[in-house]
Order: sequence, then structure tokens, then C-alpha cells
Amino acid sequence: MRPFLLALLAKEPAHGYELKQALEQIFGSAYPSPNIGQIYVTLGRLEKDGLVRAVDVEQSNRPNKKVYYLTAAGRDALDAWAEEPAEGPRVRDEFFMKLVLAPMTGIADRMTLINRQRRHYIALMRDLNELSERTDPADRVALLLIEGAMLHLQADLDWLDRCQEDLS
Amino acid sequence: MVNTVNLVKIYQSGGVPVPAVRGVDLRVEAGEFVAIMGPSGSGKSTLVHMLGGLDARTSGEIWLDGRRADTLGESAWALLRRQKIGFVFQFFNLIANMTVADNVELPALLAGASPREARERREHLLGALGLTGRADAAPAQLAGGEQQRVALARALANKPSLLLADEPTGNLDSRNTRDVLKLLTDVHRDGQTIILVTHDARVASLADRVVSLLDGQIVDDGAVGTFRRRPKGTAGDVVELRG
Repeated sequence: MRPFLLALLAKEPAHGYELKQALEQIFGSAYPSPNIGQIYVTLGRLEKDGLVRAVDVEQSNRPNKKVYYLTAAGRDALDAWAEEPAEGPRVRDEFFMKLVLAPMTGIADRMTLINRQRRHYIALMRDLNELSERTDPADRVALLLIEGAMLHLQADLDWLDRCQEDLS
Repeated sequence: MVNTVNLVKIYQSGGVPVPAVRGVDLRVEAGEFVAIMGPSGSGKSTLVHMLGGLDARTSGEIWLDGRRADTLGESAWALLRRQKIGFVFQFFNLIANMTVADNVELPALLAGASPREARERREHLLGALGLTGRADAAPAQLAGGEQQRVALARALANKPSLLLADEPTGNLDSRNTRDVLKLLTDVHRDGQTIILVTHDARVASLADRVVSLLDGQIVDDGAVGTFRRRPKGTAGDVVELRG
């Protein structure tokens, strides 16, 4: 969550609760809403690393609130995050480890493993279909995220076919 | 509805026998939606072509609605298709010198529908597939994805009790795929039997059952399960929050 908070603070200084609201507003249902404790813990770490700094702002008849702002080091970290290509999807696949190791132990044959995994992926896809249907069509961000998940799942299924062809 | 017994297809390629389907026993109940999956060359297309009488079996039996069908001649198959089977080909096979509207209405008219019924059915199907504006176009003027949807509309024009389809979403982008998925769901709900070949897991996930072929044989056959991790989940659940 660190870079997301840095990005929001690059826009304007904010206190913890405002950051939570901003994340919810921007991503809608496309992103699980983080709890406020998580946000404060992350802000604390960012502060310790010198990427953000906090100032106490006095409030009439309430305790002071801490408003966070980005430091120059925080700005550099944010730039580095934006410039770096994002990590690709999974490189190590747990199912593949199973596929390689299970037959060695004699506990399952590969065909059974592949078939079971395929059924699981198709059930997952059905779930994503239903999720996509009950998502507000105006929520483009959420729909794109679901579509991305579907495309990944399709790739996993195509790859199961390849495993089945080559290992049978 | 559909039943095959030890169904076999062997092609001859330069005097060499090439087995495509090697002993398939498949039983599909009326109203059931079955997806056939498997790698390319696993015999999926050959299987549905045989079920629609478009390819002759080498040995084995095909039963449709309790009647032996593999022994029928070409014209008897043609009649059967006109009455109760809709077929979506992988490469569309639209009639080039007829408009989209006429392509879709023709099977309904051949099956004995009145011109008005055929027109209403065509308007409904093209509407459901986002093709209303293309009714007067010639097939050659359409993009691949549009031709594919016209082919699906045509296959459904005579309200076939059995829909056979070979990769019906192979050329579609995700928005058009959504229209096709919705139409297939409606067709399934109406009680029509569907057997389709697909590598698209979104299509397969709508089915009651998925049959997996490998080297011309069924290697898996089972109901599509439900996966319930989050009864009221949102799109946010498809990503993991990394702290």
C-alpha cells in the first residue's frame, strides 16, 4: 500500500482517514477497502523511512490531527515506483510444483491433477462471470480488473492443455 | 437427446489412417448445456460435426431423440438439421449473395415459419447480438466478429431443440462475447440443448457440464462446480492487497 499512499499525498497533504476515503472513492469496488489501522501503520513506516512527515494541526474542541505530507525522498520513491515496470504475474506456480512432485511420490497421477485443476479454474471463471454481471456497468475500473482476472485464468487453462498434451 | 456409442472417426491422409475420434461414449440429456474442451487436434470439431451429420462416422453409433442417426443419408440429415439442429461453424459459412437479414431468416422459413415469424425472430436475434444496424449488409461487408454473431443468429433462427457450435466466440472481443454469453444463457434457460466446442473458459463456465477431450478420447467429464469464496464479493477480491 506504500506507493498508493505516496501517490495520494503527492496530490495534497492529508490525514489518515482522508486517505482511506480517497482510495475508496478512486477505486470503488475495484479494490478492497483498507482498514484505517492498516493505513496508520503504513504511514508510520513511511514516516520512519523519511518518505513522509507529519504535522499536528490543532482542531477546536477535538484532539489534534496529524496531517501527512510528502518529503523530497518520498517524491523520489514515488517517481521510481511509477517508472519501474510492474512485476509480471506469477512466476512460480504452486500447481506446477504439485504436477511435477506428486507423481514421484505415487499419491496422484498427472491426468487426475490436471483434470481437477481444470474443473477448479472453470468454477472460478463462473464466479468471475457472476461477479462481472452484478458489477455496476458504469464502474469501468472494477470491470477492467475482473476482465484482467479472466484473461489470466484463461491463460492458466490454456497452459493446462499444454501440460496435458506434453505429459500424457 | 444425444447419445453416442463407441463413436470413431478415422481420416485418410495420403493413404495413412489418422484417427481423430477414438471411441467416444457421450450422453447428453434434453435441455443440458455441455461444453467440449481440449487442445487443438483433440477431435472436438470432428465430434460436433459428426453429431450434426456434417461428417460421416467411421464406426459407432449416433442417436438423436431416440432415433439412430448415423445411418441416415445426406438428405435425411438435411431434413433433421432443418427441423431440430442449429449449427454454428467455426468459419461461419454465410451465404455471400444474401443480406444478413436473409441469411438469418432463411433457416426459419425452410423450417416452415411464416415470413412474419421469421422476421420477428431475426429482429430479436440480431438485436440481442448488437447487429440490428447490419441487417441489410452483405456478409463480406462485415468484420469477422460480426459474421460470427450472424452465424449464431442464423443457427438459432428456427429455434432448434439442439444447438451445436464450434468455437462460437473465437473471433469476438470481450464486449461481443458478453452478448453471446447472455444469448446462450437465454437459450439454455428456454430448454434448448446446447453442445459446443470452446477453448473460451467464459463460455465453458456457463455449461452444466464440461467434457475434456485428448487425442480423440474423453479424459474428463463432470459438472461445472461452484466456487464460493465470497457470497457478496466485489471486484476488489480479485486482487490481493500488498502492504
